[in-house]
Parts: sequence; structure tokens; C-alpha cells
Amino acid sequence: MAKTAVQEFTKGLWAEIPPFRLVLGLCPVLAVTKTVENGIGMGVATTFVLICSNILISLLRNVIPKKVRIACFIVVIATFVTVVELVMQAFAYPLFLKLGIFIPLIVVNCIVLGRAEAFAAKNGVVASFADGLGMGVGFTLSLTALAIVREVLGNGTFYDIPVFGPSFEPFSFMVQAPGAFVCLGLMLCIMNMLGKK
Amino acid sequence: MREMLKLFIAVVVFSCLSGGVLAAIQNATKERIEYQQLKFVKGPTIKDIMEGCSNDPLIDRLRIVDEAKEMHLFVGEFEGKRNTVAFETFGKGYGGVMGVIVGVNLDNDEIIGVGVTTHSETPGVGSKAKTDPDFTAQFKGLSLFDPFKVKADGGQIDALSGATISSRGVCGAVVEAGEIYKRLKPTIIEKMKEKQG
Repeated sequence: MAKTAVQEFTKGLWAEIPPFRLVLGLCPVLAVTKTVENGIGMGVATTFVLICSNILISLLRNVIPKKVRIACFIVVIATFVTVVELVMQAFAYPLFLKLGIFIPLIVVNCIVLGRAEAFAAKNGVVASFADGLGMGVGFTLSLTALAIVREVLGNGTFYDIPVFGPSFEPFSFMVQAPGAFVCLGLMLCIMNMLGKK
Repeated sequence: MREMLKLFIAVVVFSCLSGGVLAAIQNATKERIEYQQLKFVKGPTIKDIMEGCSNDPLIDRLRIVDEAKEMHLFVGEFEGKRNTVAFETFGKGYGGVMGVIVGVNLDNDEIIGVGVTTHSETPGVGSKAKTDPDFTAQFKGLSLFDPFKVKADGGQIDALSGATISSRGVCGAVVEAGEIYKRLKPTIIEKMKEKQG
């Protein structure tokens, strides 16, 4: 374990930023990035689950029998997701209504299970926490970036505040499903171009 | 065999622990979630019906058991008199169940307002039952004991154009509200007195 906790954190921000470099967890990336508010909400919820599940799985990595580890991971993750769902209902109900089905679906987000299996099950608590935080922040940033492009172009607003004058004709293709794919593809392309240098 | 047992116990213990944690959190957030749901789902409709009241009907509510079902009745105070209640009933619309809140004046049994809360009617056609205030305004001032029917069925309510079934659904819900009100009126008045005294 040559890497420090800081390195584990920063790799999630660029070198292994989840949706763009690992191309994982695309379902919520495409579905909830219609508005910046939804994107950030989803990102924060996923980050919370990632950090908690990474810490707990790292702590329990010697207790969990190898053969049933996936089942145990899923139980841990599902527990935290349900916690998020309940807390969000209690304190941010309008956001919960908008995100709807995508909150419970964090359970099957590849990033969360992927980090549990690939990282937390093999590393210490501090490193796992840093990994979860980095991945979560990276995921949130990606969702926000995508949501900004889509909301500004597709709806003419940023965080529900109009950015263009009333004469702006929204490019509504961007807030529909195909727009999400095109936008994600272009972003991947830019990331790869920058990464080559 | 021993190993099987060990795996089995691990998964069972995990599931039990997570079940316990979730039950505790659900218990802790239950009240708040209930209030949030009232506030954001039924809240706007109740506010419309109870326009001008001097209390918060969402907090000031009665719980009465009607035919083994718990009903929430929202109390509105007008000019210093707590003389109106609103409650939700359900009717069958075109796309499924429609939730309708009916507000009634206890002194003269007149309807003070009707509003749709949840529905799955066709957007732009049946959904007008919720968004078109002219439709629901027709119920205002009528006695809740009247038989409500759309004009096509020989009644007094102008149906929304192209949405007779949705309109019937609302009428059905109001008729049901009348029946519930008939059964519960003595209990309501009794409970109101208890609270005031």
C-alpha cells in the first residue's frame, strides 16, 4: 500500500473519475441530469452511500466469508440506500419526488458495488474512506457538469434561474434521453483528448 | 457442512442487523415523512380549499376511524370559528384512482371547495380536473348531501371536454365524501368540542 489517502482521494477526481474514465453507473448519469438540482442531489446521495458502505465493508472485510461476500455487500449497500431514502423523504421531500425510483436504484449502481468489491474489501479503513469520498465527489462533479450543459441548453435555466433572455428558444433535445447520450459522448471525447497530452 | 453453516449464519446475522437499523430509522422519521407527504402532496390542494383560514390545517387535524379505516380531517378556522373540515376521498378516473379533497362547512353542510391531489389521468385532457379551477369551482356552495353527476348522466356538473370519465371520477369521489360526512358528522362535532374545551 504505497499510495497515501490523499492519492486515493484525488484519483477519483480525474484519473479514475467514475462515469467518464471507468464508464460505470451510467443509468443515473443519463437519467437524472436533466436539471442541476437533480444532478447534485443524486451525486450527494450516492457519495453518502459510497463512503458509508466503503467504511463498513473495509471494517468487516475479515469477518465476511469470501463465498458470500457479494450477498453481504449488497445487504450493507441496500441498508444505506434505504437510510438515504428515508432521510430524504423526511427532510427533502420535493427532491425525493423528482428523483423517485433512482434513489432505490443506487443499490445496483455499479460504482458502489464495484468500489466495495475492488477496493474496500482489500484495503484499510482510512484508504477506503478516501476512495469512497473521491469516487463520490468525482461522480457528483460529473453529474453536475453534464446537468449544467443539459439544463442550460435544454431549458435555458441554471438551478431553475433563467440565464438567457426571454427570447431564448430552448434546445429541448438536450433534456430528452438522446440528448443525454450525445452530451455524454461529447464529454467523453473531450476528456480523452485532454488525457492524451 | 460446517462451512455451509458458517456462511448461512454470516448472511443471517447481517440481514438481521440491517433490518434492526432500518426499523429504528423508519420509526424515527415516520412522523416527519407523514407531515412532508401531507405538505407537498395534499398541502397545496388543502391550502387552496381553505384559502383565508387563520390556522394551519395541516397541523390542526383530527383522526377519526371510519369503517376500520383511519381518516385524517383537516380543520380550518375562519373568522375565529373552527367550522370547516377537509378530507380526502377517492374516485375512479380514466387512468386509475383519483384522490379528491373535499372541504365542507359544518354549520350548513355546504361545500367550500374541491381539489384533486393525486391522479394518473391523460395529461392535458383528464389532468385538467386538477389544473382547471373552473371545473372544481362548480361544486362550491352546493350541499354535500346532493347527488353529484355530470350533465351527460342527468346531473348538474359540466364535464371537462373530452374527459367525461375523469369528471365522473371526481363526482364519484365527492358523492363518497358526502356518505362519509353523513356517517362521521356527529363524531366530528364531538371531537371539535373536545379539542376546544
